[in-house]
Parts: sequence; structure tokens; C-alpha cells
Amino acid sequence: MNDKLIIAGKSYSSRLLVGTGKYKDFTETRAALDASGAEIVTVAIRRTNLGQNANEPNLLDAVPPSKFTYLPNTAGCYTADDAVRTLRLARELLDGHGLVKLEVLGDPQSLYPNVIETIAAAKTLVAEGFQVMVYTSDDPIVAKQLEDIGCVAIMPLASLIGSGMGILNPWNLQLVMERVKVPVIVDAGVGTASDAAIAMELGCHGVLMNTAIAGAKDPVLMASAMKKGVEAGREAFLAGRMPKKLYSASPSSPTAGIISSTRS
Amino acid sequence: MISININGEPRQFSGTLTVAALIDEMGLTGKRVALERNGEIVPRSTFSTQQLSDGDKLEIVVAVGGG
Repeated sequence: MNDKLIIAGKSYSSRLLVGTGKYKDFTETRAALDASGAEIVTVAIRRTNLGQNANEPNLLDAVPPSKFTYLPNTAGCYTADDAVRTLRLARELLDGHGLVKLEVLGDPQSLYPNVIETIAAAKTLVAEGFQVMVYTSDDPIVAKQLEDIGCVAIMPLASLIGSGMGILNPWNLQLVMERVKVPVIVDAGVGTASDAAIAMELGCHGVLMNTAIAGAKDPVLMASAMKKGVEAGREAFLAGRMPKKLYSASPSSPTAGIISSTRS
Repeated sequence: MISININGEPRQFSGTLTVAALIDEMGLTGKRVALERNGEIVPRSTFSTQQLSDGDKLEIVVAVGGG
């Protein structure tokens, strides 16, 4: 089936995007990425350790940017200014790579997006030539504004980051999808494979997750489950589900030709 | 002596130095890093020519696992 996810003009076979945080070590990170089939992987930008662990393992060796499309994020940023500075550093670090994940958070308890700061940062980044995939609330009006600014993907939360609470408001996700033309990717909240399938069945173009895989007892097996969940949900969406018929059963077997009853 | 703030920590150096010399002194030579000086990106291609000054504030970053 030729069903590609297209972001900023580039096509991807996998609709599962995964984070690289919270794994036991880089070996597990890489094994989970391989099992997930993900092509786009998020990374964080952080201060380097100074004068120590010069030979410590490096994410770029375990997850080579030649094999994966890096999506540097702005996790931990609470202002537009910090997010923009972080992504300028990321672009320099990754040799001019412009595809980024913008997230500007509101508070450390909810990690809910601050959409006002997010919109301000998106304007600056788009003007500077970045291709911005943006984490946001499931507010359809904000989603449309972010698309109008020039973001290349809208990434609403399905529930709080790292909560594993699943798809709490499918109606809002559908409102977002009705309004924007760029890909809508559920970012945050997925807890298990059925959550990923539900997001895809709703018509979302992809799912981005980290904790649901890294926080599973067996992350590599869960990565494989998520791959299948996303694929199953996508195929179900494309196939078009049967209508729900409340209080009205419909037999699957023929109603004619049933042998006669001996009781009457 | 000059003082340069690196990743939030003040560090003393005997005299003015280039970004490349500082990277070397920090044991970061050959490591893939990006550097911001007083809020402005310093392209890697200029590390060997940019001279640092007393009171500069640097951020030196790498890519790490994240979601």
C-alpha cells in the first residue's frame, strides 16, 4: 500500500514517531527504535558535561542521524525566547537541519503547552526558515493559527505528557483535523497500543510517543506493539469502519435455510 | 585573568583565548557540540578565529535522549 506520511515535502513510510528519552541505555534505545520502525526520532538539547566523561557514549553514535530523521525538541522551555535559542543551537549542532519540534510549556506539573508563547516562537522560527512541528493543546482555533503561521505539522496532546491516559477527547482531535490541512500528529498521552490505534482510526496522520514505549516493562516489545497499533489503526481508518447500530443487531449468517424446529 | 561563564558556572582563564582553545581546555575537542555566546550562535567554522572576552556567557550543548 502506497500510503506515505508527508511532512514539509518529505515522505515517510512510518506514521509512528518516537522519542529517545528514558531508556536504560543507548543499546535499549536503538533496539526499541528499530522495533518501532520509526524514521523520525525526537532528541533533546542540553548543556554538555564539562571536563568529565570525555569518552561517555554519545546519542549520535547509537542513533546515527544518517539513518534516522532527527527532530530536536524544546522540552523544558517555558518561554518563546528559550525555545527559539534552543532550536538555533540544534540547527547548528545538526549541520543546518531545520525540521524541529517546538514545545513551550506552561507549568511543570501539567506540562501543558503555553499556546501564547508557542505562537510567538512559531512566528520567529518559521521566519528563520525552520520547518516547525508544533506541540499544542487540542484547541482547533489555536491549531489553525499555528498552521496559518506556517507550521508543517500540528501535534495536539491526547492527554498529559507522560501520563499514559490515552485519547481523552477524540472530538477535539477531530475538530482540529477538520480545520487544518497539514498533518495532525497526536503528541503525548498514548499509553498502550490500542491508544495509538484509536488515534489513527480517528484519522490522525501519525502518533508521537516516548514514555509509552520507554516506560513499558519490555520497551522493545512495546515498540513492536506500537508499530502494529499504528498500522492497524491507519488501515482501519482507510478501510472505513461499519456504522454503529445501537440496539439493533444484524446476524452475520444467512437467515434463510435454517433447519426446522422440533419443538412446535 | 579573565572570567567566562560556561553553562552557568564561572571559570577563570589566564588570558584571552579563542573558542577552539576553550573547547580544547574543556576536553570537548572532537565532540559534536553547539555553542552560544551571549545569546548568539557561534558557527563551528569560526571556533578557531573568535576571541572570547572577560564576562562572556557561553552555552555549550549536545543532543541527548528526549521525547
